[in-house]
Amino acid sequence: MSESEEKAKKGSGSGGFAILFFIVGLAASLIVGWVIFPKLLYSQKKQPFDFNHALHNELVDNGCESCHFFREDGSYAGVPTLEQCAGCHEDVQGETEDEAIFVNEYVKNGREVPWLVYSRQPDCVFFSHAAHVKSGGMDCKTCHGPIGESESLKPYEENRITGYSRDIWGKNIAGFKKNTWDRMKMDDCSECHVKLGVKQNSVQTEKGACFVCHK
Amino acid sequence: MKIDRRSFLSLGVGAGAGIALSPLPWKLTDDLSIWTQMWPWTPVPKDGETNYVNSVSTLCRCGCGIKVRKVDDRAVKIEGQEGWPGSEGNACALCLSGIQLLYSPSAIQMPLKNVGKKGEPVWQQISWDAAIGEIKEKLSKLREEGKSHTLACITGSDKGTVPALFRRFLNAYGSPNFMTMPSYEDAYETALKLMHGTESAVGFDLENSDYVISFGAGILDGWGASVRMFKARSAWKDKKVKVVQADPRLSNTAAKADQWLAINPGTESVLALGIAAVIVSENLHSKEFAEKYAQGFDIWKNFVTEKYAPGTVAQITGIKEDVIAAVAKEFAAASAPIALCGRGQGNTPGSVHEFMAVHALNALVGSVNRKGGVWAMPKQEYVNWPEPALDETAQKGLAEARIDGAGSEKYPLSRCLTARLAAVINEAADSPVQMLFVSGANPVYSLPDSKAVKTAFAKIPFVVSFASHMDETAEMADIVLPSHGHLERYEDVPAALGMNKTVIGLAKPVIKAQHNTRYPGDCLIALAQALGGTLAEAFHWSGYEECLEKTLGDKWETLKEKGFIAEDCSPPDWNQSFASQKFVFMPEACAQAAKSGSAAAPQIEGDANRYPLILLPVDSMRLACGPVADTPFLIKTVSDKMLRGKETVIEINPETAAGLGLCEGKTAILTTPKGEAKVKVCLTQSVAPGILAMPRGLGHSGPDEYIAGKGTNFNELIGPVEDPVSGLDAAWGIRAKLAKA
Repeated sequence: MSESEEKAKKGSGSGGFAILFFIVGLAASLIVGWVIFPKLLYSQKKQPFDFNHALHNELVDNGCESCHFFREDGSYAGVPTLEQCAGCHEDVQGETEDEAIFVNEYVKNGREVPWLVYSRQPDCVFFSHAAHVKSGGMDCKTCHGPIGESESLKPYEENRITGYSRDIWGKNIAGFKKNTWDRMKMDDCSECHVKLGVKQNSVQTEKGACFVCHK
Repeated sequence: MKIDRRSFLSLGVGAGAGIALSPLPWKLTDDLSIWTQMWPWTPVPKDGETNYVNSVSTLCRCGCGIKVRKVDDRAVKIEGQEGWPGSEGNACALCLSGIQLLYSPSAIQMPLKNVGKKGEPVWQQISWDAAIGEIKEKLSKLREEGKSHTLACITGSDKGTVPALFRRFLNAYGSPNFMTMPSYEDAYETALKLMHGTESAVGFDLENSDYVISFGAGILDGWGASVRMFKARSAWKDKKVKVVQADPRLSNTAAKADQWLAINPGTESVLALGIAAVIVSENLHSKEFAEKYAQGFDIWKNFVTEKYAPGTVAQITGIKEDVIAAVAKEFAAASAPIALCGRGQGNTPGSVHEFMAVHALNALVGSVNRKGGVWAMPKQEYVNWPEPALDETAQKGLAEARIDGAGSEKYPLSRCLTARLAAVINEAADSPVQMLFVSGANPVYSLPDSKAVKTAFAKIPFVVSFASHMDETAEMADIVLPSHGHLERYEDVPAALGMNKTVIGLAKPVIKAQHNTRYPGDCLIALAQALGGTLAEAFHWSGYEECLEKTLGDKWETLKEKGFIAEDCSPPDWNQSFASQKFVFMPEACAQAAKSGSAAAPQIEGDANRYPLILLPVDSMRLACGPVADTPFLIKTVSDKMLRGKETVIEINPETAAGLGLCEGKTAILTTPKGEAKVKVCLTQSVAPGILAMPRGLGHSGPDEYIAGKGTNFNELIGPVEDPVSGLDAAWGIRAKLAKA
């Protein structure tokens, strides 16, 4: 056998391995990208104590706005402060451990509860709840989902790079969503604005495009 | 089959393809872009409910009405308070940046005791009880030794309840040595006392004036109620009111004036009398006022026409005869002219002669107690506490002469001569002040010849500072009783100098006190009650807030709600105000000195041969000269024509600089009879040859890295010059020399 024939034989011999290695590389990286990466990217954090939205919702008259209200100046109060909760929770009610933690560690010591907010957006984004809820007539569920019906708080998954919640990007690592509240990224805002033909200029500055939300 | 290089390449290609088909690169890119736009270490202000609190900022001398924006319980922004008399929704730059002092790390957090040497303090934190107890022991001992008169006190001003409490404490304790920081208000008060025969506060009806001559008053440089002055200046411009500025330097005020009279320094009184001489010579004065409501006009008329003939005045002041005559005629022809004085921000009282010369100019044209003129207004007297009962020790102590000599045979016209204090202490073998309280003032920085003041303070056995932030005076204290910060306390703020309205403002706590601090009033009440006897009776309040509320009486609720009470005043009628006491053109107290004195410019310290140049201070809105140093924001606004790096910049005429071999930006050594400083030179035509101009308000030793060590304190280079009439400090500059470094 000539030298060149020998080389050709050797070459064809490594072809099988090449395909095998390609498949192994492909499969491994797909596993890394789809399975391992999301696990590494997010750390799980616990809320200071559990909270039952459903239970509270039954007790109030004005739905979500009973606790998550608009202030007199139109700004949105967000997560309730201790002052609002302390009215009812001055003393421990019921027998749950979470209630005891809340009253003994926070109410009695006058400490605000360091809630981890699933929907917290970067500070560079301007978002007006009043414009969406009061003027636009949107309900809370459209963006926040049926959280008012939840009986406990899910773990807070914090993005190790950005520090924001996984709920912003969405549970699905590929970014696909089934419901409007599955994601809270810029594209999701934009999608709705375009679909509904919302005025594409900032109310304050009259500037369009990025400047609607990034003042 | 064999594993070779190609196999690994295939593995890499497969991995690459797999990664590309996974969300990893896209998600990672998105996250990194968010991360880089929102660095986790960038502070993000907490969200919360926005609310506003109206208050008064006492950082500047005039007190600015402010509106503080809060987010929950954090103060985040200061704006001007709508409707505040004079400034109407605006505030000065110092007060606007006052948030930085509120949250400053230099705020004193609890009582401090110096366990090191004087001037090289080693601070030990002590409890309030220990601090009050120690001061009480010292006070008791002094009283027992019959030395109650050796307790002295320096406050920022004598208006309002806080200075009144200190004065009351000294009275009940038995000391006549209550002092305030000097300002041109002292000279105005003395001039009005001599010419009107009444204890009055000066009021300027600036908004109605239609011609303004300012003899060095820094209308746009922080004189008077600074924001009101800016507003008045804008209104004059709109109404085409002519503003003439006599100033040896092209100050901001001079630059914006309609006419700048580049006067020789220190000759303002000569110019005023020169203008007066033209007016009387040409018979342009108000005959009605001179004949019916004034006395001694003819003698004064002869005096000014004889001594201040245009030729002489032109020679002394450097202003041409025809310019003087034109200004005099315009001034006399105006229907509501006004003449103002008090150089720069009025940090130095000045010569009473000068104030009288300028006020006589107003009187000459009838602009006294008239629309658009200068008003002698009754002093605001809402602090009406019954006089404290005095025990024997207090009576004996109060009968002693004042340490600063005020009210003595030599200085009968002055109520206090704080600028003399350092010299008196330094000249004595044993300090005549054994104990000193300092509140709302920083005398070790602000008094002239500050090195001598520091030496004097080191000689005082026991100094108590009521500062809220560390300053040069607190550094010399034995005990610091930290006061609530300016946004943490109630305090009444009476009308600013020159307001022709009755105004009381109320500073309110915008947030609760951040540290373990107290009201100075509470400290005095605690001390008085610990000392017992008549002192305790004189301080019967449960605390300062109760004292303030009771003092303000029915005004309290309105003040709490609205933030201020302002009542318009009308000028006192001539028939009424000059019925029993006519206006005196040439008061007896200084007639002799004026008659015998030459028309030459008042002298300043230093030998002209040894110190051929004259150094003048420059006041600026961007440099705080009061009890508080510049905030970090404010110091950033100081131009490089005042401060370059860590060195003060002095202005010098190119001609003078050429003679000294100095060029722009060069470092030089500035020497005066009082001290020496390394400076940088700025060549400018703003000053005449032979003149140097140096900013005042720099050269602090603390309290933080933003201000400490920047530039030189002008007060280290100048000493007080006694006014022969009042004894007040009349120094407008000092002789100096400059050499290459």
